[in-house]
Amino acid sequence: MSGTPILRRIEGLAPRDEIAFTLDGRACTALEGDTVLTAILTQGERLRESDFSDAPRAGFCLMGACQDCWVQLESGERLRACTTMLVPGMQLRTGARR
Amino acid sequence: MTDKRFVIVGAGPAGMRAAERLVAAGQRPIVIDEAQRFGGQIYRQPPAAMRRERRDLYGFEAGRASAVLDRFEALRAQIDYRPDTLVWQVEANALQLLHAGRTRTQPFDALILATGATDRVLPFPGWTLPGVYTLGAAQVALKFQGCLIGPRVVFAGTGPLLYLVAWQVASHGGQVAAVLDSAPLSAKLRAAPGMLARPAVAAKGAYFLARLRMKGVPLHGGVTLLKAEGNERVTSLTWHAQGNIHKTACDAIGFGHGLRSETQLADLAGCAFEWSEIDQAWLPTRDAAGRSSVRGVYLAGDGAGILGADAAELSGASAAQAALDDVQGTSTTTSSDLAMQPHVAFRHALEAAFALPPQWAAEAPDDLIVCRCEEITAGELRACARDTGTRELNRLKALTRIGMGRCQGRMCAPAAARVLAHATGCDLKDVGRLRSQPPVKPLPLALLHDAAPDTAVPKDEDD
Repeated sequence: MSGTPILRRIEGLAPRDEIAFTLDGRACTALEGDTVLTAILTQGERLRESDFSDAPRAGFCLMGACQDCWVQLESGERLRACTTMLVPGMQLRTGARR
Repeated sequence: MTDKRFVIVGAGPAGMRAAERLVAAGQRPIVIDEAQRFGGQIYRQPPAAMRRERRDLYGFEAGRASAVLDRFEALRAQIDYRPDTLVWQVEANALQLLHAGRTRTQPFDALILATGATDRVLPFPGWTLPGVYTLGAAQVALKFQGCLIGPRVVFAGTGPLLYLVAWQVASHGGQVAAVLDSAPLSAKLRAAPGMLARPAVAAKGAYFLARLRMKGVPLHGGVTLLKAEGNERVTSLTWHAQGNIHKTACDAIGFGHGLRSETQLADLAGCAFEWSEIDQAWLPTRDAAGRSSVRGVYLAGDGAGILGADAAELSGASAAQAALDDVQGTSTTTSSDLAMQPHVAFRHALEAAFALPPQWAAEAPDDLIVCRCEEITAGELRACARDTGTRELNRLKALTRIGMGRCQGRMCAPAAARVLAHATGCDLKDVGRLRSQPPVKPLPLALLHDAAPDTAVPKDEDD
């Protein structure tokens, strides 16, 4: 993953525990209370690629309506990133073919 | 006291107040909500691990938010509250639920649908790029996750949420590159007399505008959005106003054009729909108390027509009272009609202030992606209308797959209907509305096998 992350944390919030996970095989950390979407987009700028054009996608409605943020675990299981909470040890895949 | 099953779908302002009314009448309502915590979108609460002040989360609305959230919390022991649960089908006095990977059937005697709304979206080229979100999404990121989209963000579209979200983001340290309103700024002044129906709310709107100006945020009205550009993610938004074309550099865009009622469950329940001129949408019919056309099914909040959070509290309580009256054979003469009047008057003023861009369908280029699920373009929709004579939205869906993707038309339907109406020279209402299909959201296929043996509701929970 490269580029400026799409999400930036606001300042002044109470500290939270860190959660370790992997993103495309790379070790990363996020915070307790993060969704999978937040965990990924505070690191980079895409969640997945379009099924139809391979164009990058990074979610749209963030409230479980648009279904634009489905990502895969390394195990192949699919989950909706905006409504799934990050769990320690999750192995996430953005599908970036590079 | 009866042993009737009162089921509420949605734990926003309408659903929470409906539950309160039922508890006051000695009932133990079931409240089913897709979110992890109650509050709905407007009073969305952060995860338990993130402690935040209500004043920081809800601004001017902190008092109202606390009143309704604290009340619901206090009644929790008297409510069968089921968070993190999706209703994916409504049939014959029962709901189909999905929770923690398991489906089950939930019968009801009275069903109150308080399903809320999402942003209404009239897209522009490039809206599928990473970094482009709805206004609601920018708010969810902030309230639920303590994050800002950006760093540099343009807010665009129209509606009261445009200025509210821009101000919320700016006041939390976000860099707002511009606020681009498709409605002319002069329309706000012309609508001002009507806004006096709810002067305090109008004053807040004026405050957000003034504070954005003071912060030096460029505010433009009468804007047409031309395209967002970028490779890996959005890097600029090109727009047009008063004869000039501008290009604003940005890392994110939040946009929307008012709200769209979430009506799929009402449709699956068999409710009759009627055209709503103010919402420019087909909505389930309801009487003044909130009764739908289907016996035992009630409608409340923005899911039945956009009137905002305060009106949703009123309509939630009213729908619950109607359900109680019908189940118990009593009659309550109080109606929320009178209390609703200022909200309806205010809504009309808002519509004048934040009118939808009238030329949107005419100006949408052929290569505009209308369906972001399956990347179906405006040109494909027009070609279908031209080549097949299709004049109805479900026929268009059958032929082009518009509205058939994973979102089931939630994001594309308002735009698709407008493209079809324009292409055929019909009124928007005459192209009809997409019929809802279960499941309303994607389910893992493996679950469907589980559903059959689980259809019998365990005795201890069937009370």
